Amino acid sequence: MAEVHNGKNGHNPANSSTTLRLKVGLAEMLKGGVIMDVMNVEQARIAEEAGAVSVMALERVPAMIRAEGGVARMASPKLIKEIIDTVSIPVMAKARIGHFAEAQILQQLGVDFIDESEVLTPADEAHHIDKHAFTTPFVCGARNLGEALRRIAEGAAMIRTKGEAGTGDVVHAVQHMRQITREMRALTVLSDQELYAAAKEHQAPYELIRMVAQAGKLPVPNFSAGGIATPADAALMMQLGAEAIFVGSGIFMKERATPLDVENNPKEREEAVSRAKAIVIATTHYNDPKILAEVSEQVTGTMKGLAAAALEENQLLQTRGN
Amino acid sequence: MKSPGTEQNVLSRIGVLAIQGDYDAHAEALREAGAEPVLIRKPEELSSIDGLIIPGGESTTFLKFLERDGFLASLRDFVRTKPTFGTCAGCILLATEVTHPPQQSLGVLNATVERNAYGRQIDSAIQTSETQLPGGPLEMVYIRAPRIAKTGAGVTVLAQRDGFPVLVEQGHIMAATFHPELSSDRRVHQRFVDLVRTHLKQHPR
Repeated sequence: MAEVHNGKNGHNPANSSTTLRLKVGLAEMLKGGVIMDVMNVEQARIAEEAGAVSVMALERVPAMIRAEGGVARMASPKLIKEIIDTVSIPVMAKARIGHFAEAQILQQLGVDFIDESEVLTPADEAHHIDKHAFTTPFVCGARNLGEALRRIAEGAAMIRTKGEAGTGDVVHAVQHMRQITREMRALTVLSDQELYAAAKEHQAPYELIRMVAQAGKLPVPNFSAGGIATPADAALMMQLGAEAIFVGSGIFMKERATPLDVENNPKEREEAVSRAKAIVIATTHYNDPKILAEVSEQVTGTMKGLAAAALEENQLLQTRGN
Repeated sequence: MKSPGTEQNVLSRIGVLAIQGDYDAHAEALREAGAEPVLIRKPEELSSIDGLIIPGGESTTFLKFLERDGFLASLRDFVRTKPTFGTCAGCILLATEVTHPPQQSLGVLNATVERNAYGRQIDSAIQTSETQLPGGPLEMVYIRAPRIAKTGAGVTVLAQRDGFPVLVEQGHIMAATFHPELSSDRRVHQRFVDLVRTHLKQHPR
């Protein structure tokens, strides 16, 4: 017999406070680590070998999506299963904004974290996924505090800056992290009455605004993504308050739309390994310039990148979903 | 020379391996249990501490990191003689044998530990049950938890889940497959802080 659906997203809402603690618990375990985008089994192997805490399985990294266009969707279940079978670290995958059916499939596949991501083509222009309806934890992107808290209200167990994915330009990740931390700091000095107005201003639930005002930080881990391409970029984001780093196109891309051939070309495989290892070390030792200098020197080649400032408004991924 | 009378007030300095993982939660738990936490990121920093916690996180990431700069050798020396407490990934690192998949370890806890034994994240769970610790049932948070499949000589089992040990002690070593740092109950950390204090009394700095 079929499972009884509750009419929401086709999933039974789980015992929410226990589930939320477990979801945030996994996010806690990823702190101080690097989550790497991978498009095949060999890249997943390289990521694990280099010390990634998790891999994000996807069909095309943001740089390729950007260059090739078309509709970007959830990765194929076949690819996701292959990657799950290859590595022992947690596996994440992306669902389109609002596409709860893709998320149901990802949960069914046993993915450990779902990224409801602006990098894929949005499926719903008004609604995000009701993430409380899932047992699998979600991470969502945000550009400011209000956006972060709206996602947390919907059930996200981790927030990451949106940055501008697939550019190799860290400028927007910096902007988003600075904005979120500045807005949190501003809340901590407000009086109780002023917090109601702040909730209205940020378009976020009052309860969450009050929690941030008391703690001075988000109630879930706050990671950084979107344009991080070098060990120095990773260290910069960590020093600005990120608790872990997502690297998308920065490790496995050669030219704008061409990945390094890690399967057939030993030299290009070595290049990917050197980038991956260096970013992992830089993320742990983000406060140690001596080690940062050493690891930066060991890197061979860097993703060419695309200046985010030169992008037209309609080419930006970060404005999707708000 | 320390002046007499200050002995019992010595604040133990307990390191938390801070390569990656929830080391901040452990540091906070140690502070609440009356110890001074120190984040450890380099092998030379081990010489300044009386005990060490290896936190939860990804054990493969820890290992890749430790393999550089002779960190693994220094850590092996440390755990042989100094009180060490491993939770989840830390428990995996302390075991003499690791399976699913096999990987190298510090080999100081006489046990076989199976990684990701309960399944993936959707199988993570919070359970509350009786343990050997005084004070009633203990909440235990399991995140993609390993399983202590087998224990050898000298290992005392302090708590179990479905017949398998989840909290164990062996001389100066403690290990848990769950995350006491993610609960508000501080009895497990208190026990480790007491272990460090006792050890410090017997083996002064």
